[in-house]
Order: sequence, then structure tokens, then C-alpha cells
Amino acid sequence: MSDSPAIVESHNPAQQHHFADMEQQRQAASLGMWLFLATEVMFFGGMFCAYLIYRYWYYPEFAAGSKTLDIWLGAINTGVLICSSLTVALSVRAAQFGKRKLLVTLLVATILLGLVFLGIKGVEWASKFEEHHVPGPSFHFEPTAHSHPNTKIDPQRIQIFFSLYFAMTGIHALHMVIGVGLFAVLTFYAWKGRYNSAYYTPIENAGLYWHFVDIIWIYLFPLLYLIDRKK
Amino acid sequence: MKMATAVHPVPERENYLNQEYGVRSWLLTTDHKRIALLYLASITFFFFVGGFFALLIRLELLTPVGDLVQADTYNKLFSMHGQIMVFFFLVPSIPAVLGNFLVPLMIGARDLAFPRINLLSWYLFIIAGILMMHAVLTGGVDTGWTFYTPFSTAFSNTKVIEAGLAIFVAGFSSILTGLNFVVTIHRMRAPGMTWWRLPLFIWSMYATSIIFLLGTPVLAITLTLVIFERAFHLGIFDPTRGGDPLLFQHLFWFYSHPAVYIMILPSMGIVSEIVPCFSRKRIFGYSFVAMASIGIAVFGFLVWAHHMFVAGMSIYAALIFSFLSYLVAVPSAIKVFNWTATLYKGSITFSTPLLYAFGFIGLFTMGGLTGLFLAALGVDVHVTDTYFVVAHFHYIMVGGAVMGYLGGMHFWWPKISGRMYPESLGRLAALIVFIGFNLTFFPQFILGYLGMPRRYWQYPPEFQVLNVLSTAGSTILAVGYVLPMIYFLWSMRYGKHAEPNPWGAAGLEWMTPSPPPTFNFEETPQVTWEAYDYGNIDLPKEVPVER
Repeated sequence: MSDSPAIVESHNPAQQHHFADMEQQRQAASLGMWLFLATEVMFFGGMFCAYLIYRYWYYPEFAAGSKTLDIWLGAINTGVLICSSLTVALSVRAAQFGKRKLLVTLLVATILLGLVFLGIKGVEWASKFEEHHVPGPSFHFEPTAHSHPNTKIDPQRIQIFFSLYFAMTGIHALHMVIGVGLFAVLTFYAWKGRYNSAYYTPIENAGLYWHFVDIIWIYLFPLLYLIDRKK
Repeated sequence: MKMATAVHPVPERENYLNQEYGVRSWLLTTDHKRIALLYLASITFFFFVGGFFALLIRLELLTPVGDLVQADTYNKLFSMHGQIMVFFFLVPSIPAVLGNFLVPLMIGARDLAFPRINLLSWYLFIIAGILMMHAVLTGGVDTGWTFYTPFSTAFSNTKVIEAGLAIFVAGFSSILTGLNFVVTIHRMRAPGMTWWRLPLFIWSMYATSIIFLLGTPVLAITLTLVIFERAFHLGIFDPTRGGDPLLFQHLFWFYSHPAVYIMILPSMGIVSEIVPCFSRKRIFGYSFVAMASIGIAVFGFLVWAHHMFVAGMSIYAALIFSFLSYLVAVPSAIKVFNWTATLYKGSITFSTPLLYAFGFIGLFTMGGLTGLFLAALGVDVHVTDTYFVVAHFHYIMVGGAVMGYLGGMHFWWPKISGRMYPESLGRLAALIVFIGFNLTFFPQFILGYLGMPRRYWQYPPEFQVLNVLSTAGSTILAVGYVLPMIYFLWSMRYGKHAEPNPWGAAGLEWMTPSPPPTFNFEETPQVTWEAYDYGNIDLPKEVPVER
């Protein structure tokens, strides 16, 4: 294969043969990530669309279902995720400046925060199983305990709220798991010293993904936990 | 310009096919041209599996009584025919085979932007295919290709989860292909290859990729929710718990209507390449044809509910969707008129690719016009769920998409394989396909208009004559499809060696040897001319095809 002189000249080991230069490679990767996030928006969009319709139709049921969720655990998790977005943003900066140790530390912090989020989420789900709030044959909901005494709650329809709760938080959590896995791989390579001021695209792109997953939660928290919370 | 010089290629010259040998060199390749061939083999397999089901369907409908298969089996046959043909043949066909092969070549790039993701998309496709074939072989699916709820979630006791998962994974594969194309077209164009100099095939691939990116994820979440509902008893579409089956239909058709444009836009791109080449003229109204592709992609997202006119949705919404569906006819008509205007006073050579392009223009026009019948609310009520609908979408998907695919395969086969296919046999096959197709599907328009419903394994005896015609046509069509496969395979060994530019066509892909070297071009090309500038660039006045 006859590499043209220009390609041999730049000789960054991270550059792939089919790109003219590192700048083209970086721009391609960045555009690719943004397009991927657009597909993710459409993916979650289907569920947000279903949420919108059912919340409009079954508002009392959604309000009653929402009150069964633990607002404190949800709020703490929101804080945890925002902190993890900060560590990710800082890690991109650390990579740009080529600070290897700082980069590894920040990536590990991100992974830990992600795991804390997943742990808290697991606790919340477990309590839903105990309360029989999981849709299906064993579903049971006591309307009076969680709603205004004079609003009528359909014990069947409220399953739609919990269906959406599990589908949305479940698929969000799956994205978190993938993100944690991604950062684990990146931590390994960062520790090996692969990233520097000339090549940090993977950190940047994984960061974009992580921020996206964070933003989804920023929407999920009020939509699921904060319906009609006024006393 | 070196494209016109008739240098006979030396067979030993290193190219992407002979550079490496062995299974590993294929299964671990990141060369877009080799991945295109991997896709070609895979989708050909699925085409024949889906075609096998189609022939069984036609055989059952030869007689009015249910004698060949029982009702349950028949339901599975048309479901699996639809799912395999749509998700495992039509959607990947042109993008993953010809798109993969041609996008980098046409814009003067060394490869797609993400070669490894390209290979990953093929592996995802294969995983999806294995899941699908497993579902087929262990009992099949009977929901129709549309997975309508609540039948698919609460009643059907066939392999819905497995088939749904297969289509989810296949969708992921096509998202990655679309993503690769958009990034490649944005970032990897050769110097001088401006947007308005792009071949129209690239414009159509770009429009298709946008639909891949924005539509497929919605299908993915819809099928995910169906799988959740079946597996974990979530009740999002379950009417007994206040769920809405119509919501499923909205979400499903939000992808699946644009998916029709995933199938037809690439074929339109191919026709836009073939017509100027074989009429030796610049395409009429280049920018209109290019923008019509984008227009179809955009309008395509706004018309999905015309599949649901009788499903019980608001009549006011139906009126709006009906009007928007009419609008799609505008960019489609622009294309048809511009192709015919290109042919007008052209120096036409009736080679095989052009015959397929003619077939496309005629059949697509019929399919498109009958689509307007279906977009009209009153007519739609009469012909909903009849064979009229079946005939309409087969005119688009088979008469349009598959014709374009075959035309493209013949047009670029010399570039792909480095060999010429036998031209006279090619023309014969094109003729057989055209006759077989019309004999199969035209009677179905009449059947539908007379009221024969789709998806039944029996029918009243007065419909038999037309059904016999249709079944007879399908066997002719099958011969027309097997023939090219045989002579393509034959030509790989015995065909005449192809020159770099056997058609005297414009376009960067013809300026590199056939088959191209691994990195496509000896040196990065510099583009200084407009697309299809047959009057001005140094190209032969006639297509130099051997008679």
C-alpha cells in the first residue's frame, strides 16, 4: 500500500490509514457520535411519546403512581449523575492536557458514581417488587394510601404508569451499564497512556454519550417522581 | 483524463479481490468492498428464503380451498415472507451491498469513515439472521410482518420475541450503516467533490441514511416494548389495562412507512445513474432530482397514519395525513419526469441496466399512482386489507426496489467482479422479470378491487382465474430471478475481463481499475467537473457495449 507522503509525515500512531489527517479523523468521529445520539433521542422519544399520551389520559393514576416512588432516592441519584457528568467533563480536559494520572482518577470516579446510581436504582426497584407494584399477574395497588381520597383511581390503568416507569428507568439503566463498561475500557487505555493532547477523541465521545444518558435522567426524574407532589 | 483510455487490465494486477485469500481475510476484513460482497451473499440467501415462502403462498392460492397448507401455516408463511423480505432483504439490499461498495468510490475516498463499525454492522446482521432463521425453523411467527398488538403481545403463541429481537438487531445494523454513510459523505469527499457535484446515487444514499438514523430507533423501541409486554407483562399496548393498540400502530408505522422510502430511494438513485449513462446526456434537472430525494425522506416522515385510516383514529387527523400523503407524489413525479426528460433526444443504448431502469420507471409509476388511490380516504375504505394493497406495495417494493437493485447489480457488476456478464442473457432475464412481475401482481389489483381480502388461505371460487394467472406469473418471476444469479456466478470465472470503464460512464468509480485496488484509487482524485457531464468530458459518444 503506497501511503502518500502527507500521511507518513503526520505519523500519529492513532491515525487510521483511510483518513487524510488527524483533524479529518477527529471530525468524522465527532459527527458520528452526534448522529448516534440523534438515534438515541429517537429511541427514547418513542417512550416519551407514550408517556405523554398516557399521562394526559390517566392523570390521576399517574399522580398516584408517582407518589409511591421514593423522592429522596430519586433526588440523590440525580445529584450523583450530575456529579458524574462533572467528572467526565473534567476527564476530557485532563486528556487534552495529557495528564494521565488525573485522567485515570477522574474516569474511575465516574465509574464509581455510575455504580452508585445503579445501586440506588436497584434498591428502588427491589422495593417495588416487595410492594407488588410490578405490572403483571401479581400486581396490586391500594388506591387510598397514595392518592387524594376523592379522586377515582383505576387499579388496572395504574399499571401503565408502572410499565412506563420500569421500561424507561430500565432502558436508562441499561445505557448506564453500557457507559460504565465503556469507561472501564477507556480507563485501561488511559492507564496505558494512549490519550494525549493530539488524540483524545474516544474520551470526548464517551463523555458525550455519558452526558446524554445523564440528560435522559434529568427528564425522567421530574416526569416520573414529581407529578402532583404539592401537599 | 485517463478514464477513456482502453487499457486491457492485466489479470495479475493486485486488486481488492486477489490481494488476500482465505476465510480470515474475508471474515476480518474492513474493506468496504469486501463487506459489500459479504452482504451480497447474505441478502441473496434471505431473498431466496423469502421467495420460497412467496412461492408456497402462491401455490396455496392456486385453488380456492385450503389444500396445500392449513390456515395456521398459511399465516406463518405470509408473516415470515414479509419479515424476511422487508428486514433481511429489501432494507439492507441496495444500501448495504451497492451503497457499501460505491459510496467511497463515488466520492473519491479510500474507505468508509468507520471501517470496523461497517464490519460490525455485517456481524449484527448475521446475528439477526441467525435469530430469525432459528425463529423460522422452530415454529415461525404468525403476526404478519406488522406485529400488531394485542395479537402479538397477548394471543399469538408463536416465536414473536425471537423474531422481534432479530429485527431489533437487524435495525441496529442498518443504523450503523446509515451513520457510516452520513459521516463519510460529509467528511470524506475528495478535493473538488462539492455537494452539487455528487452523483445522485450519493444523494439518495444520504436521504436513505437519514431515514435509517431517525426512523429505525423508533421501530427498535416499539419492538422492545412489545417484547417487554410479552415477556414481563408490562401493559403499554394492552387494552385490558388501559393501554392503546393504536399507539403501537402509530409508533410502528412511524418507522415502517419511511422504511418504504428506504427501499425505493436507493433504487431511484440507481436509475438516476443508469439513465444518463445509456442516453449519453447530462441528467435533466440535477438539483431537482437531488432535492426530491431529500424531499421524499422528509415528507416520508409525515404520512405514516395513512396505514390506519380504518383503524379508528380521528377523521380530522386522517384528512391531514391523506393530504400529506398526496404531497409525496410531488417529489416522486419530479424524478419520473426528469428521467424521461433525460431520455428525450438522448443517444440511447438498450443495455440490460437500462432495461431494468425502464422497468423501474414504469412499474414505480403504477405503484405510485395506485398509492394515491390508497391515500384517498374514500377509496381506501373500499380497498383496505384487500389484494389491491398487496399489489400496490409489491409494485413499489418488487417492481420498484428490486428492479432498481437488479439494474444496479448489472451496471456495476463489471466494477465489482472485474468481469462482464453475458449481455444477451441479461436482456432476456430483464424481460422475463418484467413479464413475470406483471403477470403476478397486475391480477392482484383486479382481485383487490373485486374485494378479495389479503391474508386468507381460502377464497371464493370466482376469484380463481386471476389467482391462477398470479401463481403462473410468480413461477416465471422466479426463473427471472434465478437466471441472473447463475450467470453472475458463471461470469466470475468465465466472463470476459472488464475494462475500467466498460459503459463509458462518468463518475469516479469508473476512473479506477475493475476490480478496484484495496484503497480504491492509486492517488486521491481531484474533481473539476460536474456530475454526468456527458457533453463536455472526454467520454465515448456511444456506450461501447459489445453486441
